[in-house]
Amino acid sequence: MADLKLTDVEKAYGEVKVLSDINLDIKKGELIVFVGPSGCGKSTLLRMIAGLEKITGGTLEIDDMVVNDIPPSQRGIAMVFQSYALYPHMTVRDNMSFALKIAKKSKAEIDEAVERAAEILQLGPYLDRLPKALSGGQRQRVAIGRSIVRDPKVYLFDEPLSNLDAALRVATRIEIAKLKESMPNSTMIYVTHDQVEAMTLATRIVVLAGGGIAQVGTPLELYERPNGEFVAQFIGSPAMNLLAGEVVQTGQQTRIRLDGGGTALANIPTTDADQGLKVNLGVRPEDLIATDGDDYLYQGEVDLLEALGELTVLYFKPESPGAPPILAKLGGIHTDLKGRSVKLKADPSKIHLFHNKISLLYR
Amino acid sequence: MPPVLQGILTIVIGVGGCIGYFYASNLILDKVIFPAKGPKAGRNINRANQVRPWLFLFPAMFALGLYLAYPVVGSFYRSLFDRSGANFIGLGNYADLFSEAGFRTAVFNNLLWVLFVPAAATFFGLLIAQLTDRLSWGNIAKSLIFMPMAISFVGASLIWRFVYSANPDIGIINAIRDSMGLVALDPLQVRFWNNFFLMFILIWIQTGFAMVILSAALRGIPEETIEAAIIDGANPFQVFFKIKVPQIMGTILVVWTTITILVLKVFDIVYTMTGGNFGTHILPSYMMTYMFRDDGRATAVAFVIMILVLPVMIWNIRQARQEMR
Repeated sequence: MADLKLTDVEKAYGEVKVLSDINLDIKKGELIVFVGPSGCGKSTLLRMIAGLEKITGGTLEIDDMVVNDIPPSQRGIAMVFQSYALYPHMTVRDNMSFALKIAKKSKAEIDEAVERAAEILQLGPYLDRLPKALSGGQRQRVAIGRSIVRDPKVYLFDEPLSNLDAALRVATRIEIAKLKESMPNSTMIYVTHDQVEAMTLATRIVVLAGGGIAQVGTPLELYERPNGEFVAQFIGSPAMNLLAGEVVQTGQQTRIRLDGGGTALANIPTTDADQGLKVNLGVRPEDLIATDGDDYLYQGEVDLLEALGELTVLYFKPESPGAPPILAKLGGIHTDLKGRSVKLKADPSKIHLFHNKISLLYR
Repeated sequence: MPPVLQGILTIVIGVGGCIGYFYASNLILDKVIFPAKGPKAGRNINRANQVRPWLFLFPAMFALGLYLAYPVVGSFYRSLFDRSGANFIGLGNYADLFSEAGFRTAVFNNLLWVLFVPAAATFFGLLIAQLTDRLSWGNIAKSLIFMPMAISFVGASLIWRFVYSANPDIGIINAIRDSMGLVALDPLQVRFWNNFFLMFILIWIQTGFAMVILSAALRGIPEETIEAAIIDGANPFQVFFKIKVPQIMGTILVVWTTITILVLKVFDIVYTMTGGNFGTHILPSYMMTYMFRDDGRATAVAFVIMILVLPVMIWNIRQARQEMR
């Protein structure tokens, strides 16, 4: 139930800066997801907000109060860890009431808070068990319960689902979504490397890369209007295809001639100065359509084929060995295409253009 | 025969004997007793496999029986005889022991040792393990504290004889007394408290042991549980006593009982420092006073010690097994 404001936040270990220029405004009630490749600093940033890592530069404000030097317990945050971090020697009830006991709350108050959290998370029958007698999903629910009882301003989740198996992960993800819905005023920050979690849970996604923020936006904003090649390829699976080419016609729509021989029209405005500009054309595998016409974007031989029933993923033979292959996702079953030469086109509204790795939309 | 040759010969005979035993015994089992041929081949192979583990266990069981089980029974039998070893007196030795003041002092002192030494060694070990955990020079400190472990009890006692020396130019206690203008005294002759001066030597030795084991255990605690506790608002003391210590309770108990067993056996310190005089006897040193003079009485004391150690021992093994699981 709080606003967070990060201003020029940075983290350095000695001389090495792992995070810098982090500027972020988080509004009350948002569920913000930090995503990024391994080692991009997303967990570090979360731990800095939690107070487990020192902030070496810039300021962090919670509800307009700078909390850089305030200990974790007084920041009004609660954290759910990847490994659950339950206290193994305490029962579920004791795990959940530990923070309140430390805060010297009355017995009645503690009992009420624990009962309420147990009800939300359906942990009632397990209150007197030790963590080792619980399944992974139940343990993670206890960890979440431990946060709920404290009624924090900000919930922090550090990859809470990555230790669960696939089925449980989906179930727990939905539970977290429901939990968020039942507490519309609570602010949550959620770290994950799983795109599906990011896309389904987030109010806004923060993509972190190379020690900084690459882009912030709603899940669909990032999908539809990535600001650069990195975000374009990071969001969406399989990743967006990139094809080199140059601008041959400018205006409200832009025509591109690709190095591979094809052409494409994009709904992206350009000026005369852009004539001949070297660009990378980005198109998602799911936006490619097979065509027989001469107006094709890409032509190649299908090297490998994954038939998933509802759709078929085509892997085209790369121009040079080792280059990333072009992928296309076609609806339905197309097993007959293996080894054949296929032409592909895409709708002008689905084309992205990048120059120097930056989207032409964000110049 | 030169000693080197003797050593090599022993190794050759020992290792060769082991190989010979396992080879020959398995050969006899497979070829002679249950041959894997003829109409009952299948059944014979199964039977041979049922017997085989015992072939491998036999040497160890035999050695344990000969050097452990037999002496226990033999000692108990000997303790039922008088000093000459000729006259059977039943539990007479035990009855005499319990009526003797010296024995009661030794039992009382032993009780003090058992209560105080493991508690203090474990406490200091835990304290040092925790305090040195994050220090850059923590490992050097730990090595220094561990070092007394490498000194024999007699050696350690000799070192501490200097510390407790009655001469203010040598002993630190009397040096301090001297600087305060007090008369020199022999700390080892101060009744009752001299027991604690002796215990302190063993604590000095065993703290290193406790520290090493507990330090490893502390490192094994998942960091996240500590971070979760910090976020929950626990202060460093609460993190230590409510989160860390309960998680390593199993290890603490193993360390505690291991030292307890050691304490019940130690005699060298008392023997070297005071020889049991001035009311410092503990059971093992008390036993030494009878050994070779009255073996019946001495074995009776040995038996009392064994009975005292046994429950701790059983409990310790159970705990250690649980830790391993």
